[in-house]
Amino acid sequence: MKQFLAFVRKEFYHVLRDRRTLLILFGMPIAQILIFGFALTNEVKDSEILVVDYAKDNASWELLTKIGSSRYFNIRQAALSHQEILSTFRQGKIKAVVVFPEGFNEDLLHHNKAQVQLIADATDVNTANMITNYLSSIILDYQNQVNANLQMPYRITPEVRMLYNPQLKGAHGFVPGVMALVLMLVSVMMTAISIVREKETGTMEILLVSPFKPVLVIFAKAFPYLALSLVNVTAILLLSVFVLDLPVKGSVPLLFAESTLFIITCLALGIFISIKTESQQIAMLISLMGMLLPTMMFSGFLFPIENMPVPLQVISNIVPSKWFYIIVKSIMIKGLGISMLWKETLILLGMTLFLLLISLKSFKIRLQ
Amino acid sequence: MMQDDKVIVCEKLTKRFGDFIATNEITFNVHKGEIFGFLGANGAGKTTAMRMLCGLSSPSSGKATIAGYDVYTQTELIKKNIGYMSQKFSLYENLTVRENIEFFGGIYGLSDERIKSKTDELLRVLGLKSEANKLVASLPLGWKQKLSFSVAVLHDPQIVFLDEPTGGVDPVTRRQFWDLIYEAADRGITVFVTTHYMDEAEYCNRISIMVDGRMEVLDTPTNLKHSFQARSMDEVFYQLARGAKRGD
Repeated sequence: MKQFLAFVRKEFYHVLRDRRTLLILFGMPIAQILIFGFALTNEVKDSEILVVDYAKDNASWELLTKIGSSRYFNIRQAALSHQEILSTFRQGKIKAVVVFPEGFNEDLLHHNKAQVQLIADATDVNTANMITNYLSSIILDYQNQVNANLQMPYRITPEVRMLYNPQLKGAHGFVPGVMALVLMLVSVMMTAISIVREKETGTMEILLVSPFKPVLVIFAKAFPYLALSLVNVTAILLLSVFVLDLPVKGSVPLLFAESTLFIITCLALGIFISIKTESQQIAMLISLMGMLLPTMMFSGFLFPIENMPVPLQVISNIVPSKWFYIIVKSIMIKGLGISMLWKETLILLGMTLFLLLISLKSFKIRLQ
Repeated sequence: MMQDDKVIVCEKLTKRFGDFIATNEITFNVHKGEIFGFLGANGAGKTTAMRMLCGLSSPSSGKATIAGYDVYTQTELIKKNIGYMSQKFSLYENLTVRENIEFFGGIYGLSDERIKSKTDELLRVLGLKSEANKLVASLPLGWKQKLSFSVAVLHDPQIVFLDEPTGGVDPVTRRQFWDLIYEAADRGITVFVTTHYMDEAEYCNRISIMVDGRMEVLDTPTNLKHSFQARSMDEVFYQLARGAKRGD
């Protein structure tokens, strides 16, 4: 036990003295959370829109107030010609233009029919879609308000409820994704590199000649990364709760238990890579290409798995991060408990045991 | 030298990798406190033999005991009683001198007091007191090598295995390094050393030369030179190694 502690302490010295390692360990998760949370958001917030109001009547004013009071839009009013509208778009300052034709209120009252023109900058298709959808629904809402005063025989109002994520926050999907990504990176890559480094510098030989058991060498190397990964999980959760306002709905201890399981899966993978490779560069490449890319592609965090061709959907099943992503999403966002997640947990557990087994086995073979 | 003070006993020790016989029936004894030179061209089978003696790999056939322990069944006990230093420099560069000593003391299971007294003694003997808290990476190679050796004998092993310990070191430092080896031998530690430097071979009590997996000769440097009618060990080695079929 004392030997083990001496080893773990040495391992922490390594990590804490290497600035690059530290940066990857702690800088990356924080940066990723902040980048995904604030920069790469696909929500529409405070979009600049321009209103050209030829009508200037009651109805247009009411509708404008309604649009302006939503937190999605900042309204600028102007009286512009069609040409001028196009040139403002080219400057890229505004996302959409709302044009009220003359006699908007009149048309509405007397013809029961009025038109509003929405022009959106579709260079970014998603944003344009989102903005026109929001605007249309606000207009529809207004229309219903007006209609409410009249006696209409029937009317169907769909009431949409966005379950689990009523405010449609983008953060919901990516926090579990970033967690899978960061844990993969820290646990797989760092462990693999740190073990292979000992092989490269020749210290592994010294360790194997020492009375310290080879299997313990491997465990002692992996242990600090387990601890550091748990620190990372904590950091990501704190950021997500306090900075992104995304609470953990389910049980936090369960979340940590599942994270620990996934970290061990990753450590086993890292150990396996380190046994099979001889240089730090190769270990890093394999970890990045073989582990990180599948995590990005097949966990369902960036690309929905349901939309993939069937063969790829099948492949996605062997990617551990996919299961972890599902588990974390379910616990954090839906608040599910272990009774709903035992299947995913068992799959992950099976993968972990399998990986541990083959790593230890190939390690034994190497020793011969 | 007395016959019952053998610390390494090897009898027809053999290691095969498939058809390839890396080490072919080597038989020799090494006595307590002896400096035993283990020579041979690259690929002659030195490393394989040494790995078997250190308990790192299991022999295909033959017998061997190290410090009285069997290489097949008692590798854990062997590891406790030997020290090892490899040709690659093998301390941790981003740990300080003191931390390296503490770490290796730790994994050999020395008590805290023992580690402390050993550390002080070692720093004093090597004259590294003022460098104790500096990273090993900042030391010159010669010092690293000496420190590495001192760490290898930190736990007072019966035998220390040195695998080309002085590679890439200047002659003056090499001479100082050998002073350390003599000191260790005087303390009763048996030294088993491989080298490519023939002047170092002359420092050994006895040397063996391996050719193509077999141990061709085993004697004192003086006797070897005499029987090969050679002026230096260089010539002896050359005459033997010329006949080798393997190599790289």
